[in-house]
Amino acid sequence: MSIHLRNIAKTFGATRVLDDISLDVATGELVALLGPSGSGKTTLLRIIAGLETPDAGRVLLHGNDQTFVSVRERQIGFVFQHYALFRHLTVSENVAFGLRVKRRDRPSEKQIRSRVQALLDLVQLGTLGARYPHQLSGGQRQRVALARALAIEPRVMLLDEPFGALDAKVRKELRAWLRALHRKMHITSVFVTHDQEEALELADRVVVMNEGRIEQVATAEGLRRSPQTAFVAEFLEAGS
Amino acid sequence: MLEPQPLYQTGLTGEVLLAELQRVPREAVSKPPRRATEEAAWVSRLLIAVALAYFAVFLLTPLFMVFSEAFRKGYEAFVVAIVEPDAIASLKLTLMVAAVAVPFNLVFGVAAAWAIAKFEFRGKSLLITLIDLPFSVSPVIAGLVFVLVFGLQGWLGPWLAAHGIKVIFALPGLFLATIFVTVPFVARELIPLMQSQGAEQEEAALVLGANGWQTFWRVTLPNIRWGVIYGVILCNARAMGEFGAVSVVSGHIRGATNTMPLHVEILYNEYNFAAAFAVASLLAILALLTLAIKSWVEWREHLAAPSS
Repeated sequence: MSIHLRNIAKTFGATRVLDDISLDVATGELVALLGPSGSGKTTLLRIIAGLETPDAGRVLLHGNDQTFVSVRERQIGFVFQHYALFRHLTVSENVAFGLRVKRRDRPSEKQIRSRVQALLDLVQLGTLGARYPHQLSGGQRQRVALARALAIEPRVMLLDEPFGALDAKVRKELRAWLRALHRKMHITSVFVTHDQEEALELADRVVVMNEGRIEQVATAEGLRRSPQTAFVAEFLEAGS
Repeated sequence: MLEPQPLYQTGLTGEVLLAELQRVPREAVSKPPRRATEEAAWVSRLLIAVALAYFAVFLLTPLFMVFSEAFRKGYEAFVVAIVEPDAIASLKLTLMVAAVAVPFNLVFGVAAAWAIAKFEFRGKSLLITLIDLPFSVSPVIAGLVFVLVFGLQGWLGPWLAAHGIKVIFALPGLFLATIFVTVPFVARELIPLMQSQGAEQEEAALVLGANGWQTFWRVTLPNIRWGVIYGVILCNARAMGEFGAVSVVSGHIRGATNTMPLHVEILYNEYNFAAAFAVASLLAILALLTLAIKSWVEWREHLAAPSS
C-alpha cells in the first residue's frame, strides 16, 4: 500500500505547523520522518493516520483519496509514543481489541484467540498474555503495542517515536528486531524520530523536516554524501 | 529484563524506609541524628491532640448526641417514631428523590466531564463555572428561583396551572431542587481525572476501528469507573441530606412532600424531640453507610491503581 501526500498544510491557532508538504512512500518501504521537536513530523504522521485533518492538501492511500475518510476506516496500524495500552485490559485483550470491535465479519472467539496467540508469539510475548500492561517492562509494552496494531492487518504502519521512551540498550535490540519484522511482513511503514542514528540505520529513506517543511528526502547514504541544505548538514553534524 | 525500580514501586512506605536507613549499629551511633525537616516530638503530639479534640467536639459529639437522644425514651419509643406512617413516607420520599436526582447527575456529570476533558469548544470555561454554581449559591436561593419560575405567581406558573401540572409543592419541585443542588458532584470528580488521562487511549481505540460508542464503553468508562462510583456516592449523600432548597419548594405536606430532613424539622418544632432524633438517627445511619461505602471504594481504587 503506497502513501501519497499532496500539498499538505496545517496550522494550530497562529502557528503554521506544516507548510505545503508533498511526499510519496512506495509499497513496502520503511521511511523515517527525522527532525527536531516542533518540526511538524508528529502532526504529519497523525494526518496520515486520520487523527488530524489537514487545512489543505490530500492524503492518498494506494491511489485513493482518504483525506476525509475517518480514522477508524483507514485500517492503519498506529503505535503511540507512550503506547497508549488499555490499562484495564490484559495483554491478550489489548491485542484482541481491534478484532472485538469489528462490526463487519468479526472473527469467532476461537479465531480471535488463536490470532492473538500468534501475534504474541510473533512479538516474543507468547507467555505473558494474562498480564496487565503495568506489569511489563518498557520494551515489552512497546511490543504489545506493535502486536495490537498488527492485529487489524493494517495496510500501513505508523510509529510515533517508537523507541523514545526506552533506555539505550533496549532501544538497540528493538531496533534490530523491528527491522527484521519489517523485512518479514513488508508493511509500508513510516516512523517519527528525532534521533538521526535511528533514522539512518533503520529506514530505507529518510525525510528530514524543519519548521513544517521537508528539507531533504534521501537514503542514509545520500544524506551523508550530499546534504542539500545548510539545515540538513548542521543537523547531521550536530547529531554525530 | 529487569529495570531499576523507582522507590515508590518498592512498596516501602516513608516510615519503613526511614527506619531501614536509620538502622545503624547501636555502638556506632548512640543517638540517631535528627533530620532537619523533622519536628520535635512534642510539636507533632500537640498538633495531633488539637486535631483530635477538634474532630471530637465538632463531629463525634453531635453524632453521639443524635443517637443518645434518639434512644432517650427507650428502644420502644424509638421504634414507634420510626414506623410511624409519616416517617416511613418521608424515608420513601427521600430515597425516591435520590433515585431520580443521582441518575440525572450521573449522566450529565459524565457527559460534561467528557466534553470538558476531551474537546476544545467555545464556552468551555463558562460551562466549568456553571457546574460550580450550585456550590456557590445558597440552596435556599436555588429553591426560591424554582418557585419564581414554576410557582403559581412565577413565569411558567399560569401555563403549568392551565395544563394541570404541579411543580412547586409537589414531587417535580423536589426533584428539580435536589438535581440542582447535586449537579457538581459527579462532574467535579471526573473532570480532573479525565483531563489527566488525556485522549491517547481513545485515539488508540479509534485507530483500531472502534466507533465512538464502543470507545466510550470499552475504554473511557472502565478508566473512570472508580471516579464515577465515588462521585455517585457523594451525590447520593447530598441528595438524601439536602434541606434548604427542598424546604423552599416542598410546602411541607406530611406524608406527601416531606423528605426526611424536613420531617426531622417538623417533629423538632412540635417539641417531639425523641421522634425527631429517631428519624435524624436514621439519616445519620444512611450517612455512615455512605462513608463506609466511600472508604471501601477508595480502598478498591487504591488496589486497582497500577503501580506505574
